This record gives sequence, structure tokens and C-alpha cells, in this order.
Amino acid sequence: MTEKSPGDPSRQAEFVAFRAGRLEFCINIMSVREIRGWAPATAIPRSPTYIRGVINLRGIVLPIVDLSMRLGLPATEPTARHVIIVAQVGDRAAGLLVDSVSDILSVEGSSIQPTPDVASTLARMFVRGVIAMDGRMISVITLDHVLPASELEAA
Amino acid sequence: MDAMAEIRLTFFQECEEQLVALENGLLSMQEGQTDSETVNAVFRAVHSIKGGAGAFKLGALVSFAHVFETSLDRVRSGQLAPDADVMKLFLRAADALADLVAESREGTVGDATPYAAVEDEFNALIGGAGDENEDSGEIDFQPISTGFSMDLGNGAPVEPLPNVFRIRFRPLRELYSKANDPLALFRELNRLGKVACHCDFSNLAFLDTIEPEDSYLSWDLRVETASDLATVREVFDFVEGDCDLVITPESASTSLALASDAPPPGLDITAILQKVRDEAPGIAVSAAAPRQAASAAEASGVKQEKTAVQPTIRVDLDRVDRLINLVGELVINQAMLTQRVLHSSHVRDREVTSSLEELERLTREIQESVMAIRAQPVRPLFQRMARIVREVAEATGKDVRLRTDGEATEVDKTVVELLADPLTHMIRNAVDHGLELPEQRVAKGKPPEGTVRLAAAHRSGRVIIEVSDDGAGINRPRVLQKAIANGLVPPDAQLSDSEIDNLLFLPGFSTAQSVSSISGRGVGMDVVKRSIQALGGRISIASSQGVGSTFTLSLPLTLAVLDGIVVSVDQHTYVIPLTAIVETVKHEPSRIHHVGEYSFVLRVRDVLVPLIDVGAELGVRPPSSEVRSGVAILIETANGSRSALLVDNIQDQRQVVIKSLETNYKRVDGIAAATILGDGRVAMILDVDALVCMRHHERGGTEIPFAKAS
Repeated sequence: MTEKSPGDPSRQAEFVAFRAGRLEFCINIMSVREIRGWAPATAIPRSPTYIRGVINLRGIVLPIVDLSMRLGLPATEPTARHVIIVAQVGDRAAGLLVDSVSDILSVEGSSIQPTPDVASTLARMFVRGVIAMDGRMISVITLDHVLPASELEAA
Repeated sequence: MDAMAEIRLTFFQECEEQLVALENGLLSMQEGQTDSETVNAVFRAVHSIKGGAGAFKLGALVSFAHVFETSLDRVRSGQLAPDADVMKLFLRAADALADLVAESREGTVGDATPYAAVEDEFNALIGGAGDENEDSGEIDFQPISTGFSMDLGNGAPVEPLPNVFRIRFRPLRELYSKANDPLALFRELNRLGKVACHCDFSNLAFLDTIEPEDSYLSWDLRVETASDLATVREVFDFVEGDCDLVITPESASTSLALASDAPPPGLDITAILQKVRDEAPGIAVSAAAPRQAASAAEASGVKQEKTAVQPTIRVDLDRVDRLINLVGELVINQAMLTQRVLHSSHVRDREVTSSLEELERLTREIQESVMAIRAQPVRPLFQRMARIVREVAEATGKDVRLRTDGEATEVDKTVVELLADPLTHMIRNAVDHGLELPEQRVAKGKPPEGTVRLAAAHRSGRVIIEVSDDGAGINRPRVLQKAIANGLVPPDAQLSDSEIDNLLFLPGFSTAQSVSSISGRGVGMDVVKRSIQALGGRISIASSQGVGSTFTLSLPLTLAVLDGIVVSVDQHTYVIPLTAIVETVKHEPSRIHHVGEYSFVLRVRDVLVPLIDVGAELGVRPPSSEVRSGVAILIETANGSRSALLVDNIQDQRQVVIKSLETNYKRVDGIAAATILGDGRVAMILDVDALVCMRHHERGGTEIPFAKAS
């Protein structure tokens, strides 16, 4: 993925920070394609609950992931104020449903700390490290497992 | 890309076309069509490849094409009869030539052994190699010789022949650069009759200014022949455009002395033409210029392929695909616009409505036209299969003839490409498993040569492709035995013939008694079936013991759009492909019968079909033990079994643009793809076969699931 490994202290990277389920997360800005408002999604039958469905993004059928739910937090009740971050996940694109986008952070690799041991297994699947900043704690997450594996990967 | 690379690319693209023409011609020759037009077309194809290869210094290609060409020339001149063995060699050579072209394109011509073998066979055929190697790609033209006169006459005095033609022939530089040799042409002419030849070297430059690769010489020839003008012109067929050529018929009685004398300066063409008009009214002369006269004669003769060729352009596939995507967006936007305008209460203007209708009509027309760009005839695909048949036939020692029908049938390019693998597999199966060995065939009273038939046709908005053989047919007892042995069906299962046939599509099923390298690797028809289904197609088998089997593929014309009906199920909107739908059925409680707590059957004209609640099947609402109200849609799955889908209501019937769900998500069971509806929202397109199949898997039931599975 495009996220920098936390062990690379010299490199500076930019992250998009957002709120989901009362917590703050961020992803590498390089994987963000666009940010748009919430639009009702069409449910996909037989899909995991954290998949809200698909929306039409200028002719592209884009799956929407309720990120809060995906990270093991309560489900999001989307309103017009909610935001979809369109992100590149491997060779697929996904929309991440989050509460709001809060910041764009410029962070050096050295200021990303390893994930604390207290985190759940699910959280550890996604969290690559944490950034402590202005009294906030922001988890750096990777999107590798945000979508269910496609058949090719599963096979 | 630099200019040279571009020309090279064009050359290889043209090679592909020539190879297709070559194979076409050879196949017609094999069918017994050995008229000069067909043979010439074949010759021309090989010759063009040789010519182009010479220009790109592709030595291996040139020399192989040369030997091939020489042999073809023997056939052309009647010295070699195109019997079955010769034709087989030619077809093998065509395959080798195709390989060689491909290798030359990649620049990987390494091992020449396979070609050398074919070359040797050719040399054996044409009686000794090396006697005609003078134009093997090297331009060895040396304009040194001065005045000479060449008499190519046969020596022995011959009867005066009825037709006399005067030919003024001035090769251009291009003629030589395409590895052509005037001498070869003159030899050809000599075959037609008595030739007197005079070389005009008056244009020859001095040594200090001479351009060694340029053309300075011209010839005046006089041909006494029994052949007509068209035949004489044919000799120059391959150099047309690369030379100045004037052929003038001359009546034998007014034979002009043309031997070693220089031609009369300023030959009065019009006068001669006038003479022709007076003396030879049989020849169609329509214009004053002899060149035109000649082409008129040609047009009335055998060569007419030029009129049939329509002008074409080459376009990058990417550009076409972008256009198709844009048109897809246009269709969606048009639908959205219509819906929004018609739904906003204050616009009920008749003019607006009719404009919108016009827009819709235009959009649809644009879409169809754009789709047509991608449509391609299945011919190249079928030709690849011809090669497979030859290879497998040779490997198995069977005599096989491939018959093709409907090669002009057009299908979307992607469908054609994705069909190659499954079709290859089916053809291999047909030859390897379907057909019997020649002696077995004879014992059964069949001709020793087996026939595999490959046919394509358009039928009700789909493409039907049939692969049939006149072999032994499916050995049903053996199939069943094998299925039982593999634990695929219970030993006491009672299966109908069609259910047994469908066992072939089960994963891991192979009836080959011994696993051969050609087919039967255990991944067989199930893979074929999966690939066909991935294309939105269906496959079915018909087989008759001792008579043969037929596999029928039914495929969508395009992968971009689909006609479907839009239905609602509990606030969800789905699209059901129209191709699967038989009819919509009146949904009366009296026609519905309980067969289990959540299972119902619907009686349709005294036939009971399972009634499937789409909502429950897709998990959007819990299964109900009561019959829900709504509309039943009778559908037919790929293997012909029928079911009824229960939906709340039908909204619309329309063409929808197919959007892949797999691009950004993954495959979902029961869902074929997604689409975008007029309101801009995404809707799922149902995969009815999978829906029915899922039901079998979940409910178990009395039927044998895998035999019905699709």
C-alpha cells in the first residue's frame, strides 16, 4: 500500500485525518481520490453488514464501507453531513463512510508510534501506528483489508 | 514511435490479414475450389508477406515464404495437382508461416527446425531446391548489361496464336524493392505463348550518376498467345502500381515487327486503341486510355475482389472503448434527464416530451452504432479452430474435416476474444473424445473422415454457436458409471439422459479413458461452462448415441448493454435480464401450492414450477410461510429448467448499461452485474441461473442438485 511504514523516520508524509465513531483516524493522502457528501447507497445482497451498498460515482459502481463498523465500532447512521472518502484500495476503489474529515496532517515517520498492545485484533488488522498530536490521538490505518477479498485473492 | 517502427507495425497487421486470406483460400482449395481466382488469392497472400518481409530484412520469413510461393506457383501453373496431401502440406505451411510471422514480430526467430522440416517437404515437392533462389529477398539487380535482345520463345516453330499483345513495361524502383524480378514475369508470359522482348536502356544513367537501386530499364514485349487480355494482365498482378504498364491488344493479321528493333518512338496509343475498337469489338473498351481499357476488361473478367473491399480505417481499441464508455454515460444521463423532467410537476409540455423522446431515440441510435464498431465477425476465431482441429487430428491419428458456417456473424470483440479458450477446449474434446478412429468409423459404416462442424448464427438478439461432431455421441452408461465412481451421484440415482449429459459439466469430470495431453486433464467442461457463464452465456448438450454430439452456446451480442425488466422487491430495485424471461404469470392464490414450510410451486398451464421469492432468496427479507402478493415471472435457466420468480411489481422494461460489480467489489452470488438507472442510482442485475441454483443448494430437495446445477 501507499502508507509509509512507521519505521521510516526520515520520510515526511501527508495524511487525511477524519472522525469515525467518535475516534480519529488518518490515511495516507496518496490513496485518497476524492471526498464527497453522503448519497444513499443501493444495498448489495449477501454482503457483510459493514458494506453499506454501492453508489454511482460518475458511472463507476463504488462500494461504500461503513468504516466505523468495519473497525468494530458502532454502525454509522448516515445523514447529509456525513462524508464519503473515495480511496484507492489495491486495484479497486472504495468509498469510506466517515463522520467528517478533520485535517490534513504532515507527519514525519519518526512521530508515528507503534500500535499500543491494548488494541483489539480487528483494530490491529487496520492500525499501522498512532500519532499523538495536540492532545489528540490519531490512528494511522491501512486500507488493505477494508473490502472483502475478491475471488481472485481468496482463491 | 518512430516512423520505421510504425511501418513495421502496419506490415505485421497486414500480415495478419494476409494470413487470414491465405488460410481462407487454402481451405476453399481443400474443398475442391481450385479455380485460378482462389489459387491466385493464396499466392498473392504469400507473395505479399514475402515482399514486405524482404523490405524489413526478415531473412527467415522471406526464404520460407519463397519456397511456399514457389510450390504454390507450381499449382498455379498446373504443374502440381493440389491433391489432399499437397493441401495438408500447404495448410501446415500456413500454420508455420503464421508462427514465423509471429516470431518475426517479436524478433525471436530462433529455432528454425520446424520450418526447415516443412521447407524440405516443399523442396521435395517441387523437385530439388535451389533452382529458383534468385529472388530470395536480395535485390541483386545490376544495370550493367547493355544492349541485348532476349528471345524467350520456345525454340520450336509454333502455330501462330490468335491473340497478340504488345506490352510496354517500365518497372519503378518500388518493384525491385519489393523483391520482384521482371525476369520472373517474362518467364510467366513465356508460359502463355511466344514472347519477343526488347529492352530499352535509353534511360540508363552514366556510371558517375547512377543510383544502384533505381530502375532505369524498360521493356517492350510482344506476346503471341491463346490467352485473353485478362490472363496476360494477371501476370502483372503483383507488380501493379509498381510499374508503368501498357498492354495493347494487336490483331494477329496486322502483326508489327517487333524483335530487336527499338519501338517506334511516341507510340500512338489512341490509334492502336482505335484499331482495337474496329478489329476486336469483343473486347470491352470503354475509354480512350488503354490502361482504362485494360481495367475494364479486367473488371469484366475474373478479378473482382477489389470492388468488394470496403474502405476501412484502423483505430486504437482504447479510443473505441472510451467512446463506448462515454456513450454509456450519455445513455444514463439521458434517462436521468427524462425522468427528472417528467417528474417535475410543472413541466407537462408536449413539446418537451417529444423532444425528450427524440433525444432518447438518438441516444439509442448512437449507442447501437458505437456498439457496432466493436462488433467483429467470428471468422478469425473459427480459423484458429481450424488449426486446432489439424493439430489434434494429427496427434490422435484421426481424419478430421472442419466445416464452418456463419463465419460472418458479428459479435462483440470481447466476446470473440473470451470465446477462444472455451471453444478451443470444445473443439479438442470433439476431435479427441467425440470422433472415433478411422477404422472404428469404417466398421460402423461411416466415412473414415470425421466431421466437426462449427456454426454461428444470430438468433433473437443472441449469438448461437454450435460445435457438433459426427462421432460416437456421449456414452451415457460410462458417464454415469464414472460419476458414481467419483462419488458425484449416489449409486442408485435414476437420471434422465439430459441429466447424465449435464454431468459432463461437473468440476473434475473427465470421461477420457486415458488422460491424454490434448484434452481430459480433469479440468474440462466445467471450466468451459464457467467461462461461458462469465460471458453471460449458456451452454447445452444434445447427443445421440452413434450419431454425434452437439454443444450449443448461446451468448449475448455485447457485454455492454442488456435488455431487462426493472422490478421492485421490498423497496429494492432489481433488473431481470429479458433473455431469461419466458413470460409474466398471473399470480393467483389458487395456482399456488405449498410444498414445504417456505416452499411453493406455481401451476402454469398444468405444469408445476418452483416459485422463488427473490427477496427471501437474496436475504433482503425473511422467508415467509404465507404466499406474498406480487407478480410471478416465469424464467428459463441455461439447462432449460423453469422456475418462477416472485417480485412485488414490475416497474419498467428497458435497456440497461452493464456495470461490473467485480471491478471495485467482488462477485456476488445471485447477482450478475450492476447498472445505473434513470434516477442515477445503482441497481443489481439478477443472475437468474445462480438464483435457482442457490435455491437447490440450500433446500436440498428431491432433485439431484448438481445434475440440474448451472
